[in-house]
Amino acid sequence: MNIVVCLKQVPDTETLIKIAPDGKSIVQDDIKWVMNPYDEFGVEEALKLKGKFGGEVTVVGLGPRRVTESIRTALAMGADKGILISDDALENSDSLATAKALAAAIKDLEYDLIFTGQRGVDDDMGVVGASLAEFLDIPQFSLIVKVEAAEDGKSIKAHRPVEGQVLIIESSLPALVTAQKGLNEPRYASLPGIMKAKKKPLEEKTLADLGLDPAEFGEGGRKVKILELTPPPERVEGKIVEGETPQDKAVELARLLHEEAKIF
Amino acid sequence: MAQGVWTIAEQRDGEIRKITYEVASEGRRLADALGQDLTVVLLGADIKDKATELGHYGADKVLVADDPRLGTYTTDAYVGIVSQLVKADDPAILLIGASTQGKDLSARLSASLGVGMAQDCTVLSVEDGNLVATRPIYAGKAYARVTFEDSWPQMATTRPNVMSITEPDTSRSAEVVDASFSLDDSSLKTKVVDAVKDESGKVDLTEADKIVSGGRGMKGPENYKILEDLADLIGATVGASRSAVDAGWRPHSDQVGQTGKVVSPNLYVACGISGAIQHLAGMSTSKVIVAINKDEEAPIFQKADFGVVADLFDVVPALTEEVKKYL
Ligand SMILES: Cc1cc2nc3c(=O)[nH]c(=O)nc-3n(C[C@H](O)[C@H](O)[C@H](O)COP(=O)(O)OP(=O)(O)OC[C@H]3O[C@@H](n4cnc5c(N)ncnc54)[C@H](O)[C@@H]3O)c2cc1C
Ligand SMILES: Nc1ncnc2c1ncn2[C@@H]1O[C@H](COP(=O)(O)O)[C@@H](O)[C@H]1O
Repeated sequence: MNIVVCLKQVPDTETLIKIAPDGKSIVQDDIKWVMNPYDEFGVEEALKLKGKFGGEVTVVGLGPRRVTESIRTALAMGADKGILISDDALENSDSLATAKALAAAIKDLEYDLIFTGQRGVDDDMGVVGASLAEFLDIPQFSLIVKVEAAEDGKSIKAHRPVEGQVLIIESSLPALVTAQKGLNEPRYASLPGIMKAKKKPLEEKTLADLGLDPAEFGEGGRKVKILELTPPPERVEGKIVEGETPQDKAVELARLLHEEAKIF
Repeated sequence: MAQGVWTIAEQRDGEIRKITYEVASEGRRLADALGQDLTVVLLGADIKDKATELGHYGADKVLVADDPRLGTYTTDAYVGIVSQLVKADDPAILLIGASTQGKDLSARLSASLGVGMAQDCTVLSVEDGNLVATRPIYAGKAYARVTFEDSWPQMATTRPNVMSITEPDTSRSAEVVDASFSLDDSSLKTKVVDAVKDESGKVDLTEADKIVSGGRGMKGPENYKILEDLADLIGATVGASRSAVDAGWRPHSDQVGQTGKVVSPNLYVACGISGAIQHLAGMSTSKVIVAINKDEEAPIFQKADFGVVADLFDVVPALTEEVKKYL
């Protein structure tokens, strides 16, 4: 089973986000860039399936050169090869353009299954996976917590929790799965894994290599325009609930929730 | 020229879901701002009788796609039909609720129509005839205000629980129209083979009006009983921090935060949760936040409207007893 995993590099979740002076982007100094946590689930699931069915796992990332590091991490976990789509003209591309470029790089690969994360923990869009599936004209399963592959490796059943129930959805392959928390526990890269990763193939592609027109990408190609970024609205200062004993505090809290917050 | 505001209704097992009214109400407000009509699109099986009530929430027209194959949501069927309808009618704005279904539908639909989309928005408005959307990014560590360029319909999804539902007006009625569409069986590539219902009857965290969450301070899975007692009483859903999930005390689906569920309830009670940046990111748009923690330095207090510095094992059971007096 040949599997493609899309990998987005995002600021570490510890990062405090600061708005840049242009009011439209974030301050990038001091950011520690990591693999999107949901893509770690994708890599792990791909490796598990490879363990069962054989085949190759290819990691595809799009972004600046620094994305190579995260691709190497995936290779160190056990993926076989990497593709970095990197081009100055891609900077500030929106989800649709990103998916288009990923589709162009993936369409000529041999694949049975594609994993993306359910959302990037940066822009919180969760659009690239489904858009990629649309452009490749393959079915998608989104927000998946369990993948059961048929013995012949030709179809899968995916478990998709929706509010109040879990849907079990079936489709033949190729298909695309967006990974949700709960899918698995991603492995860590081992030391031998890290050594091996250095020798694994990592190919770099530009828009020209993919036969794409730069005008459709980057800031100019955006269909969603950023007007401004702002810090989150300040919450009004809260109060510390007074009382001698925990019991008194509970009484006071209940009163506040009733009288001031009108919760019940 | 694209005209009109469209919203997509969401039904399950033939029942309209609450998010439908949130989106329709917001759609009505935008339609009024534009001076245009609101159309609600309703897809389902034997669903036409549900169309009337959508008029009460502001729909001028309800476009009904009724087909046995639309009873259960599938990406293939819904995206196929909505994109046909949109292409035929050319609406200016298309709104969908950011439920699990809506996120799936909107993401693929935007690619199928080749239009931009703003996911999980908390504020929408119309400026100079264009949709302007505000959406939390970095799980709420910043907000982005966005608009659309050369992209019709202008598409957005709205975060559950955020858009207020207008008081239904039973004297209003909508024109109910049968949608004309084609649906080819060969286009249906995925099949829902089973639906395992959560029998607890608990509202999902993302849609819950109230949440009582427990973190590492709960000390063990058995102690969540005190949170469940409070939650049952006030109609809340129990959530957890990642530490509690990683410890195996609670299922993954209960995790609130940047890598869990992003929630916006009316009331969020954090018990024994320190307030790590990833946790705060997932719950700081809650309307009223209560923190119960014995460490007065805990960062969660900076976000809390009401902070209780005390042992949660004393406060929570006492709170449950007190609340009973008000119910
Ligand atoms: C990539 C990444 C993603 C992450 N995503 C998430 C996420 O989505 N959601 C999330 O929650 N975390 C997430 N985390 C983890 C996060 O950094 C914290 O580790 C976690 O939120 C801490 O959980 P906690 O508050 O329950 O535990 P702790 O930080 O250990 O806090 C426990 C609190 O309980 C209090 N306490 C203890 N006993 C009592 C008592 N008897 N009465 C009252 N108070 C008591 C303590 O004073 C303390 O403040 C993520 C981390 C990483 C690295
Ligand atoms: N620049 C990118 N390069 C590779 N994969 C991406 C990129 N952007 C998004 N993805 C994939 O799509 C998922 C969802 O991202 P998003 O739609 O941006 O929230 C990510 O978890 C990745 O798997």
